[in-house]
Amino acid sequence: MNSFLKSCTALTVALTFSGQAVAQVKELGKGEGQVNIVAWPGYIERGETDKGYDWVTSFEKETGCKVNVKTANTSDEMVSLMNEGGFDLVTASGDASLRLVAGKRVQPINTDLIPSWKTVDERLKDAPWFTVGGVHYGVPYQWGPNVLMYNTEVFKEAPKSWNIVFEEMKLPDGKSNKGRVQAYDGPIHIADAANYLMFHKPELGIKDPYELNEDQYKAALELLRVQRTLVGRYWHDAAIQVDDFQNEGVVASGSWPYQVNALVAAKKPVASTVPEEGVTGWADTTMMEADSANPNCAYMWMEHSLSPKVQGDVSAWFGSLPVVPAACKGNELLTDEGCKTNGYDNFDKIKFWKTPVSKCATENDQCVPYYRWVSDYIGVIGGR
Amino acid sequence: MSLDAAIQRATAPAILPGSGGVRGALSDLFWRRPKVLLLLMLLPPVLWLGIVYIGSLFALLAQSFFSIDEFSGLINRQFTLKTYGDLFQAANLDIILRTVTMAALVTLASAIIAFPIAYYAARYARGRWKALFYLGIMLPLWSSYLVKIYAWKLILAKEGILTWLFGKLHLQWLIDAWLSLPVVGGNSLSVSFTGTFIVFVYVWLPFMILPVQAALERVPGNLVEASSDLGASPGQTFRNVLFPLALPGIVAGSIFTFSLTLGDYIIPQIIGTSRLFIGQAVYSQQGTAGNIPLAAAFTVVPIVIMGFYLWGAKRMGAFDAL
Repeated sequence: MNSFLKSCTALTVALTFSGQAVAQVKELGKGEGQVNIVAWPGYIERGETDKGYDWVTSFEKETGCKVNVKTANTSDEMVSLMNEGGFDLVTASGDASLRLVAGKRVQPINTDLIPSWKTVDERLKDAPWFTVGGVHYGVPYQWGPNVLMYNTEVFKEAPKSWNIVFEEMKLPDGKSNKGRVQAYDGPIHIADAANYLMFHKPELGIKDPYELNEDQYKAALELLRVQRTLVGRYWHDAAIQVDDFQNEGVVASGSWPYQVNALVAAKKPVASTVPEEGVTGWADTTMMEADSANPNCAYMWMEHSLSPKVQGDVSAWFGSLPVVPAACKGNELLTDEGCKTNGYDNFDKIKFWKTPVSKCATENDQCVPYYRWVSDYIGVIGGR
Repeated sequence: MSLDAAIQRATAPAILPGSGGVRGALSDLFWRRPKVLLLLMLLPPVLWLGIVYIGSLFALLAQSFFSIDEFSGLINRQFTLKTYGDLFQAANLDIILRTVTMAALVTLASAIIAFPIAYYAARYARGRWKALFYLGIMLPLWSSYLVKIYAWKLILAKEGILTWLFGKLHLQWLIDAWLSLPVVGGNSLSVSFTGTFIVFVYVWLPFMILPVQAALERVPGNLVEASSDLGASPGQTFRNVLFPLALPGIVAGSIFTFSLTLGDYIIPQIIGTSRLFIGQAVYSQQGTAGNIPLAAAFTVVPIVIMGFYLWGAKRMGAFDAL
């Protein structure tokens, strides 16, 4: 009896699997009248914050699909919202996207139904964070690097290395960097340390900063413990970091182009650079729910989201980069310089964010999984 | 026989005919069995308490007896005490000790600051001054909690108004000396435990002042006078009369300040050294890590601590002063 039940379960699982693989939209019909999107704050603007930034109204007029946005502040929130169901699309980052695919919460995309697909940046078309086994589970939306932000009054020349935030030293103005640097308040920052070690300690044999075996992981934590003695406060909120650069005497930190743009716009002596070790970065994908109720409108939005105008506008608003190269030219808000400012040419130097899992290719499935990153990073910040 | 007839005659009118209809039947039922009515009236609140409140709490507590599978990161739904064992890892124990110490210090400081204010309000303030006092205490509670904290971040910043003021008074060395101390110090007030402590005290102080004031109002004035008539110094009067009588109020206030500090996760996130407090640990364990069992186990810690605290407070008569 028991084995019979087991085979029933196996059969059900197999059926669900094959059912999922076939469930791909074959052709588009008329719009259903609405589309529900889970998105990062600032990703889908309808001109309510600033009249100049509106890429929803025109879409609603053209297609008759009303856009309903639910913002989420963390990748985990996005995953849990998608697990609840009732949404059509989600702008998932690299850490959420594969989890959604693994959890079968999103469906494969028929790229033939999205005419703009061919305009997408070649570097992103088959990116591993949304392409599984050659199947695309979404279309790219935006990407960006985690740059090194620095104070130009202290650093007359751009710092060449991340060492100013990892090791104690005298900065060009003759004073120690102790208490004057910051680091990101998230376990994923361990990957930044690993990225630094990958360059400076080749004997550790780190091949991918998100795939670390025990020894490599220990070395990264060691480095972060040194960093703890230098950092007064870790940053997790962009607004707080902007404030700390102005009021706390912080002169260097890993950061996003968003903060750099905000400080430069406020005429503060701040600039950003990509040091020799390279940087980590993020890339977001518009993914479609497995049982989306409004597939036609969802496809229309994906097509709309890839238009150069929308891509350029989002990039200008968010300080990120478009996934459609054509957006870099002739966009009023982004300007022709915008792509370069936000780091368009640094793509090859970016190790894109992904969730560390124990089954990893480069270390024979012996990697330290993400939940340990979380507890150990808490320990490091706590001074352990 | 005649007796039987008499009984029949006496009881017959007492059994009335049913009043008919559904409403009538219901009304008869309630009248005959008052317990049914009681049950019906109690059911909704009991269900609310039982399912929504205790039930969700129980679901949470149950989670803490599960564990996370170290290999896959999936939750293993089998009874185990392993997760509670994880609480005693050095890093997690640090978090608990840090939070409890902070809560105790904040409570102590709030009590010391609140007592004179409450005493003045209860004994001397009259009429318009009393209204002004209430307004002054309550006003900070009306504005947004976040706005207050961000304001404090600016006040305490390295290049903030407090540093400026101390600089003007040629007292900068005082701040520097304090900040160079090992645990309470840091790079600036806003990135040190001192800063976290100051903001905690500021935010929770009204919750201490109000119950202390209520307790002091109830201390009969003639007791204080009698004490001095019998030759007690003001200090003795305070120690032997005023303080013991006001103690339930202080304990009641301390329940608020202690438990609020124990559970807060916004203040230490914005002001302080980035070292985690219990609330933040829960947030990050259930959010980013997906380790719900450990988050649940962390939640149990303040529940247990507050359980003991309330038990002690009850013995000191704090609930009479609420």
